Amino acid sequence: MTVFSRFAVVRAALAASLSGAAGGAVAVQSKFNLAPPMTPIANEIYSLHNMMLIICTAIFVAVFSVMFYSIWKHRKSKGAVAANWHENTTVEIVWTVIPFIIVIVMALPATKTVVAMKDTSNAELTIKVTGSQWKWGYDYLRGEGEGISFLSQLATPAAQIEGREAKTPTYLLEVDNPLVVPVNKKVRVITTANDVIHAWWMPAFGVKQDAIPGFARDTWFRADQIGTFRGQCAELCGKDHAFMPIVVQVVSAEDYSQWVSGKKQQMAALADDPNKTWTKPELMARGEKVYQANCQVCHQASGQGVQGAFPALAGSKVVASKGDQIAILLNGKNAMPTWKALSDVELAAVSTYTKNSWGNSAGEVQPAEFKAARK
Amino acid sequence: MSAVVHSPTGGHADHADHAHDHPHGWRRWLFATNHKDIGTMYLWFSLTMFFFGGVLALGIRMELFQPGLQFWKPEFFNQLTTMHGVIMVFGAIMPAFVGFANWQIPLQIGAPDMAFARMNNFSFWLLPPAAMLIVISFFVPGGATAAGWTLYAPLTVQMGPGMDLAIFALHILGASSIMGSINIITTILNMRAPGMTLMKMPMFVWTWLITAYLLIAVMPVLAGAITMTLTDRHFGTSFFNAAGGGDPVMYQHIFWFFGHPEVYIMILPAFGIVSQIIPVFARKPLFGYASMVYATASIAILSFIVWAHHMFTTGMPVTGQLFFMYATMLIAIPTGVKVFNWVATMYKGSMTFETPMLFAVGFIFVFTMGGFTGLILAMAPIDIQLQDSYYVVAHFHYVLVAGSLFALFAGTYYWLPKWTGHMYNEALGKWHFWLSMIFFNITFFPMHFLGLAGMPRRYADYPLQFADFNLMASIGAFGFGFTQLLFLYIVVRCIKGGPKAAANPWGAEDGGLEWTVPSPAPFHTFETPPVVK
Repeated sequence: MTVFSRFAVVRAALAASLSGAAGGAVAVQSKFNLAPPMTPIANEIYSLHNMMLIICTAIFVAVFSVMFYSIWKHRKSKGAVAANWHENTTVEIVWTVIPFIIVIVMALPATKTVVAMKDTSNAELTIKVTGSQWKWGYDYLRGEGEGISFLSQLATPAAQIEGREAKTPTYLLEVDNPLVVPVNKKVRVITTANDVIHAWWMPAFGVKQDAIPGFARDTWFRADQIGTFRGQCAELCGKDHAFMPIVVQVVSAEDYSQWVSGKKQQMAALADDPNKTWTKPELMARGEKVYQANCQVCHQASGQGVQGAFPALAGSKVVASKGDQIAILLNGKNAMPTWKALSDVELAAVSTYTKNSWGNSAGEVQPAEFKAARK
Repeated sequence: MSAVVHSPTGGHADHADHAHDHPHGWRRWLFATNHKDIGTMYLWFSLTMFFFGGVLALGIRMELFQPGLQFWKPEFFNQLTTMHGVIMVFGAIMPAFVGFANWQIPLQIGAPDMAFARMNNFSFWLLPPAAMLIVISFFVPGGATAAGWTLYAPLTVQMGPGMDLAIFALHILGASSIMGSINIITTILNMRAPGMTLMKMPMFVWTWLITAYLLIAVMPVLAGAITMTLTDRHFGTSFFNAAGGGDPVMYQHIFWFFGHPEVYIMILPAFGIVSQIIPVFARKPLFGYASMVYATASIAILSFIVWAHHMFTTGMPVTGQLFFMYATMLIAIPTGVKVFNWVATMYKGSMTFETPMLFAVGFIFVFTMGGFTGLILAMAPIDIQLQDSYYVVAHFHYVLVAGSLFALFAGTYYWLPKWTGHMYNEALGKWHFWLSMIFFNITFFPMHFLGLAGMPRRYADYPLQFADFNLMASIGAFGFGFTQLLFLYIVVRCIKGGPKAAANPWGAEDGGLEWTVPSPAPFHTFETPPVVK
């Protein structure tokens, strides 16, 4: 194993030196092989893969040199005369037992890694990752930064995707709010989802965990290098599956503390007073932003939805009613997820916005009404 | 293995027997009860679906030619990947093997026809309506289902009516497969020529017998999974919805309990075809006939206890991961035994390399690569890194295209003289092989690199570091696609004419009973059973 491990270390060092020019800010993107491993688990996976590749290549070459030798030598055009032997119990037992032994040799180190991967105990920081169509939500549940909560969405502009602008090097691998974690700390990741199954994949950490609606699963990582690492959603989750990347910034302990206090101040400033009575223009302006961030992907900017999949909001009876819309927003229905995670102000704003857009005209809703409906 | 002592056609070497004449014109096909006619229809049906699924694949590769969205919206792209998978698995590969079974099993065991001739008709004629549902689903609101061929809940709940059409189509195809399997098992167990014991049956018959049992065991499981999806969608059940006490992961368990045996359903008959061809062109008996039979049976049994290796990233307990990892790795052993057997059969043979042999040897070489990547993916820690990446896409195309499809090509060239009475054009056949082989590898080999480097599958658009290999794969895919038109040309040309084929055009010694009847095989064969010593 040591030979394979050493190879992985060399790769990692090479990657670090390549990215060194940018102060370690951007890890090098892999092209032929697994991403340079940045955690002990990713390192073990990297070595396991090297081991498997070498053993399998050796067997492949051995078996097929016999085949190509006979293709070359034992052809009729070269005057080869067919032998007539077949069935040889000794040979058959040998070529059953030897693969069995090889398989056991392969399984032993893999078993060790499986056990290590599943050990999520004694984490220093616990983060809940929530997949939803088509963005990630991060909630810092325990450890330094507890209480921090934000959404993380694709930052690549549509103009680049549609080819109207040149693509930048981090095309489709950039987000508005990256996940920030401290270096050399065991981070437990709890995954869940709001709507369909997603998968949180960070290749450099050797972590991939499905995010399943209604269930919590967990995994962990301990990043041993500072830098920015990029991954993507790995489980088909609908039309924008390719457009919900994951970016993790691994920072030093001091930088992390600084980020936590900055983030907390920012969140306090953003908090709304739920008892304030909002004016309609205020609600409309806020509602438009909430709509664009959360609703537009399915119900469309035009409010027309997508026929057969997502209902239109323009002219909708549900939107026109007060109680039904509040209930659906809070509890979800079929493909529509619950939006409980939004604040009362955001919900009231988006409700008012949908009631007064695209020809709808159905009055306004105040945050207090959502507060009351939550019970 | 066996020798025939009897007039092979039972005295009916001429075409239709006047006392039992069969309908002509369209009635011959609609009311067909003859295994050869039904086999022909199966083969044409699957070839049509193969081209349809292939066009969808080219749609995928067009979009992935370069980063950015050029041709399709992502929602349509997802329909393409989903329907490409559904059509190739259920519409092309599976019916093609049933077509081979219909043609060859009665000829190889010396039976006059399949056991249930009218059910045989029905199981074929279920296919066109199913195919029509699939085609129609593209034109309903919301389009065809875009939930992936695995149809994972709860994404399926978000789909439009195209999802329901796909569910109905799969139900019909499943019913057809179950009937076909019952027919095949009954035929093989009851209608073998006197003297043909089970352990004297040709390998293709053996592999199909085992495959038919797999089909009967797992097709109802798929039907259950998609029926639960249907009721979750429309009747308020919550089988796969946590809010109602269900579990989305349960869908995956049920699906893969079907899905893993399903991949062996698509490869075991391919093993059978290759095991028939290699000895004939090596002019040497199959090295270990008995061990081939036992290996096939072992693979079939193991296929029932490995399903959750498709689900390592769902978050199973340690013991679950270890069990499914070990069980999966065990499959490498009987598969290895098969490869060793084929190589040992070739060793010290006297080989010639006509097109069937080229495809069979190509199969062994390229399929084994898919086998090795399968072993690598069986390791749970590596799988967690590679699950749902292009590495998996590369792996299953190595076993399904270079495996099942190449074996189907090998079998077609091998038996085409028997079916048509003409020899195909050997030079064109060789071109077809080499172009297929080269373009196949240009298309799928780079996908290993893409997956290792971290490109997830089912992506309509991708980051820039994946651009070069995607470009290469797209070029290969178009080459591979157009090469298959050559196959169509060769087959049509062979049907229309060509040098007359002898009864035993490959000079197969003990190659099987099918070579004892004239070419083309007369409408009725073995009305008096041959005797096998």
